Amino acid sequence: MFKGDLLKKRQIKEFLALFSGRFVLIFINTLAFLIFCGLLLKAKPILHAISISDLLFSSSWHPMKSEFGLFVFIISTLEVTMLAMVIAIPVCLLAAIYLSEYAGRCFREFARLIIDILAGIPSVVYGLCGVLVIVPFVRAIGDFAGISTTGYSLLSGGLVLAVMVIPFIISISVEVLRMVPQPIRECALALGATKWETIKYVVLKKARRGLLAAVVLGVARAFGETMAVLMVVGNVAQLPSSIFDPAYPLPALIANNYGEVMSIPLYDAALMSAALILMFIVAIFSLTAHYTLSRIGETIER
Amino acid sequence: MSHIKIERLNVSYGNHQVFKNINLDIPDRQIVAIIGPSGCGKTTLLKSMNRLLDLNEDVSTTGDILVDGVSIYNAGMDVTQLRKKIGFLPQHPYPLPMSVFDNVAFGPRIHGLTDFSPADRDGHHLASKTDRSASVEHYLRLAGLWEEVKDRLHEPAAKLSIGQQQRLALARVLSIEPEVILADEPTSALDPVSAKLVEEQFKLLKKNYTIIIVTHILRQARRLADYIVFMYMGDLIEHKPAAEFFGNPQDEKTKAYISGEIS
Amino acid sequence: MKSRKLEENIFKFLMAVSLFLVFLALAGIVLVVAMKGLSSLNLSMITQTPKGGYYLGKEGGIANAIIGSLYLIAGATILSLIVSLPVALALQKDYLSRRFADFTRLVLDILWGTPSIVYGAFGFVIMVYFGLRASLLGGIIVLTLLMIPIMSRAMDEAIRLVPFELKEMSYALGTTKIETTLAVVLRQAFPGLCTAVILAFGRGIGDAASILFTAGYTDEIPRSLLDPVASLPLAVFFQAGTPVPEVQARAFAAALILLFIVMIINIIARILGWRFSKNIVR
Repeated sequence: MFKGDLLKKRQIKEFLALFSGRFVLIFINTLAFLIFCGLLLKAKPILHAISISDLLFSSSWHPMKSEFGLFVFIISTLEVTMLAMVIAIPVCLLAAIYLSEYAGRCFREFARLIIDILAGIPSVVYGLCGVLVIVPFVRAIGDFAGISTTGYSLLSGGLVLAVMVIPFIISISVEVLRMVPQPIRECALALGATKWETIKYVVLKKARRGLLAAVVLGVARAFGETMAVLMVVGNVAQLPSSIFDPAYPLPALIANNYGEVMSIPLYDAALMSAALILMFIVAIFSLTAHYTLSRIGETIER
Repeated sequence: MSHIKIERLNVSYGNHQVFKNINLDIPDRQIVAIIGPSGCGKTTLLKSMNRLLDLNEDVSTTGDILVDGVSIYNAGMDVTQLRKKIGFLPQHPYPLPMSVFDNVAFGPRIHGLTDFSPADRDGHHLASKTDRSASVEHYLRLAGLWEEVKDRLHEPAAKLSIGQQQRLALARVLSIEPEVILADEPTSALDPVSAKLVEEQFKLLKKNYTIIIVTHILRQARRLADYIVFMYMGDLIEHKPAAEFFGNPQDEKTKAYISGEIS
Repeated sequence: MKSRKLEENIFKFLMAVSLFLVFLALAGIVLVVAMKGLSSLNLSMITQTPKGGYYLGKEGGIANAIIGSLYLIAGATILSLIVSLPVALALQKDYLSRRFADFTRLVLDILWGTPSIVYGAFGFVIMVYFGLRASLLGGIIVLTLLMIPIMSRAMDEAIRLVPFELKEMSYALGTTKIETTLAVVLRQAFPGLCTAVILAFGRGIGDAASILFTAGYTDEIPRSLLDPVASLPLAVFFQAGTPVPEVQARAFAAALILLFIVMIINIIARILGWRFSKNIVR
């Protein structure tokens, strides 16, 4: 019977689809696992040579003398990311609120265009502009405040990262805010609240989860950035005592030194362990983010 | 003609019981109206019949629904065939993201119908794939939409007015050649003119299809229904032919609902 | 009442300032790159490969980098698409248990957040292991790894936005899951899918860290997958680091070209997305 044949064909297609779906997902997870394992294997030698606490917490980085303390780099990485977020979050939040709640449709679309363009700019271009504009800018601030700095500093890195991250956070935040249903705002306004109070007490509350997701995304992007920061942050292996001091984040460490790796024993293992630490930090952060998000979420997941 | 019988059906979402102990024998080739106040499980009951409820998470069902004597919850039951036999018209028409033509042609394409379809209502066989346009026209006419869209067949369906979209949804349902049509508040989102058009179509269609409508508009039930099923807060209160139901209500709640005391 | 109004006005002012800063940033970048880059931009830049002494300020161009980048990104985008689309589709509730899907999403998010240098390092390790040298193939593979998490997650989000009722409507007609997915979900999500590709594209074409060790750099245009390949981001990076002012200015020209390519692709993909969307907005 023809009908029966067709039905069988459809059922086979469905089965194949389900099967390849599972397969593809297992493939992806395996890939991730392989990356992790690959790094681990290459990093192992150094874990045999020095203890974990030395690797992580010692500030002495002297590859020639086989001293591989990554503390300075870890702290630099965390500091530059945090600085970028401190700068970016208020700007993004305010801009997103304006675009979503106060701006007219035309302006919003125009702003969206600008922001999308910003999001598409490759990181080296940011780095380039960072070198040309932000570094002198920071130097000028330093001169003004009586602090001596070359401009290649934590602050420069933070600023560049902030600019890179802002488009992502804003565009998601605006979408999230727009998704808050209009009736909710009308309710608050009908009770006599001003627009701002409506936003402050009602809209933001409703959008909390999405806004948090936007920030998380921004942090992920900031963290994953190597080049632009490398070009402006100074790359000096010392713990920065102020934001005007140079810093040396882990990605920059790896990128700068991979060439010389061959001559010094254990150097490559040390750099691999740096890479591993980076993945680890990202993993912890993502886990926390996922966990927090699912707790805040009143999910009407359908 | 597919005959639907519901036995001791209970459905819950998680811990919340939507309705319990529904026993119904749906009469064929009539318009059956499931009525009652909002939120008492009418739509859930409807969606159980073609297992559209399976798509929701957290749903647990006990009891049985028999179609032509076979339980729809059987392991061997192919849900796609069940849904072909029992079509569904939603409250808010969601046109598929395609042209008007493709919306109506979608069902037949999936089920391979225009190659091997049964004779249409006038006894003509649809000859081959190239006659797909003929069949699309046929269903659009059945839904009372042909005249309005015949020049716009390849425009996006999303551009139609909501009344047209609902009739398009009707054409879509008809195109899979079901034997039963489930309609969930089919006119509640429509303006009065479109609503009337849809109701007229139902009256014409009942000659050949069993139509089960969920509605919260009592007057609509009066206008259309041959058989009434009255539900209140998850219980089946009364069900009988419409004339008896309105003429001689037995239960207190029924009387209260008909008279408008509860709504 | 006055203080309420005052508070509102303060914040409105702050908002305006924030927006202004954002626009300033964009304007600043575009202007700087344009001004500095245009002066060194000429036809030979685009059409010629570097001749001897190019890096000291003599003649030649960066055609090697332009073509190299295009080769790299084309290969990586195609490979990423092949993997990402099935992944994004498979993550949907229709197909998978919640827990597996959430777990995979977590893994993808971790991969997304991983700095590109890690991919570069990993790629390098693999290449050394297999005895490969820095080449077009190596660069493509690493870029693909970099782009997959972005593309698949963004596609995943776009597909999740398809309204449940729409899918319900399709299932009510008696379709199988794959039929609904292909005929309805993909169509409805198409613009979002295009955005996902653009996003990944932007990341891939502009990334230097991952291809630093894996794609190599050369003055020539690669003739096979195993040849080393130049790329625009690296061209920018290397030239920016030289002390020669003419070469530094050329870095800006390279950056300008890069920006230009990104913008063109952006526009094309948007138009494509818009063209193919006869769908419902709700």
